[in-house]
Amino acid sequence: MDKAKVVEIKDLGITYHTIEEETEALRDVNLDIYHNEIIGVVGPSGCGKSTLLSIIAGLIKPTKGSVRVNGRLVDKPLNNVGYMFQSDQLFEWRNILNNVLLGLEIQGKLDDEAKERAKEMLHSYGLGDFIYSYPYQLSGGMRQRVALIRTLILEPDLLLLDEPFSALDYQTRLAISDEIGTILKKEEKTAIMVTHDISEAISMSDRVVVLSQRPGTIKKIFDIKLSCNKERTPLKSREAPEFRHYFNEIWRELDIHV
Amino acid sequence: MSNKSISKSHQEYLSAIKRRKRSILIAQIGILILTLVLWEVAANFRWIDPFIVSSPSRIVKLFIEYATNGNLHKHVFVSLMETIVGFAAGTILGLIIAIGLWWSEYWARVIDPYIVVLNSLPKTALAPIIIIWVGAGYSGIIVTAISVSIVVTIMNMYNSFISTDPNKIKLLKTFGASKPQILKKLVLPASIPNLIGTLKISIGLSWVGVIIGEFLVSKAGIGYLIVYGSQVFKLDIVMMGVVILAIICALMYKIIASIEKHFIKWIE
Repeated sequence: MDKAKVVEIKDLGITYHTIEEETEALRDVNLDIYHNEIIGVVGPSGCGKSTLLSIIAGLIKPTKGSVRVNGRLVDKPLNNVGYMFQSDQLFEWRNILNNVLLGLEIQGKLDDEAKERAKEMLHSYGLGDFIYSYPYQLSGGMRQRVALIRTLILEPDLLLLDEPFSALDYQTRLAISDEIGTILKKEEKTAIMVTHDISEAISMSDRVVVLSQRPGTIKKIFDIKLSCNKERTPLKSREAPEFRHYFNEIWRELDIHV
Repeated sequence: MSNKSISKSHQEYLSAIKRRKRSILIAQIGILILTLVLWEVAANFRWIDPFIVSSPSRIVKLFIEYATNGNLHKHVFVSLMETIVGFAAGTILGLIIAIGLWWSEYWARVIDPYIVVLNSLPKTALAPIIIIWVGAGYSGIIVTAISVSIVVTIMNMYNSFISTDPNKIKLLKTFGASKPQILKKLVLPASIPNLIGTLKISIGLSWVGVIIGEFLVSKAGIGYLIVYGSQVFKLDIVMMGVVILAIICALMYKIIASIEKHFIKWIE
């Protein structure tokens, strides 16, 4: 099956200017991403991983090259691209339902039908009892789930995940990444996930992109083929025999010396 | 939680907290009563001269006299009106200016040194100028009150606005939010706790402005009462003015604190 191309990154480069110096953060990044693919992006710290996401999200303009989402040039934040942050960024003064509705409110798409849909989603993701609670009453994992619903309710064609689990403790992180990975596959979403956790990248992604030291450029792309492919979930992926093999190779590719 | 049976140790813990709370309250009231009694006794036995320091009973007597002939209402009403109008106008104007500075980083930088100087300048020094410019009536006093409180409001609120979590701004931008939307949905609501903190300070400063203004020019008000009392050397009047002022300020502070309690639900 020939899948539709969702993201097209072409000759992308960006140079930052500060008073002290100019820094080339990314150079010649080329990448195509197809429908229902999850792409993991790993790289040494400061290699421009998050910058790459910000460019795709339309928050920063690249110095060179272009990004297209569903054929449309990204020159400002697009409505069909969703972004998830390191921490949930819930607004403490809004209850859970109103947090979920925030994006719709901004985009002027808030109506009764949307409210019903939000409630349904909260129910189906196990947050039905917390619709009118405030963020401080929820655990870290639940809050991150709310953040995911806030993104998904906008029905984005592309999801950008910026180290979405790094603020959670290890156990919660495993559970939530499993849940979110499964949801993304079930809803047939396309996603790019930046992480510094190699295991997380392998367990959730179809392909893992390794970026080099600054200026960040694509060093290698791994096609993740695990033998639990029949019913692959992030947690089950970790049990696959090939998992260690990918881990070692990516680790070698990262070339990290302390 | 409440329908659960409470264990004995937990019950003891709760009652210990209650006891402590009560003992603090009793001590607070005790200090007040002790002060009043000592004052009264000292004045009665002429350890101190009641002509200069007055005494609680003399203040109460005078208070009743002023309250019954209607003069007190007038003075309290005038000062209260001036303070509330000055406070409200100062807060609204200060907020608008703070929003403007948040909106334009360029102008925030341009205006920064002026704000710094205005902030360190004792605003009471401006009162005579303001009263000459604006007029010797209520308006002059109200503008004095505004001038005393507004700089703190501008500085506090501007600092609160610019310390809004940049990641939350980024989130709204990914939704395609415009600047007015970022202001309305994020920057303003996130600053409510700071706004309430600022109100607590600026209500006191508004009173400073009003009293100063009334000292300089007025025919009525608590400040007028105090100055009049000192000029005719009736310290009872001065003391009564101060006591009334203290009570009203405490009440106003309480009102703001209860508003805070209402809004603070979502703050851990």
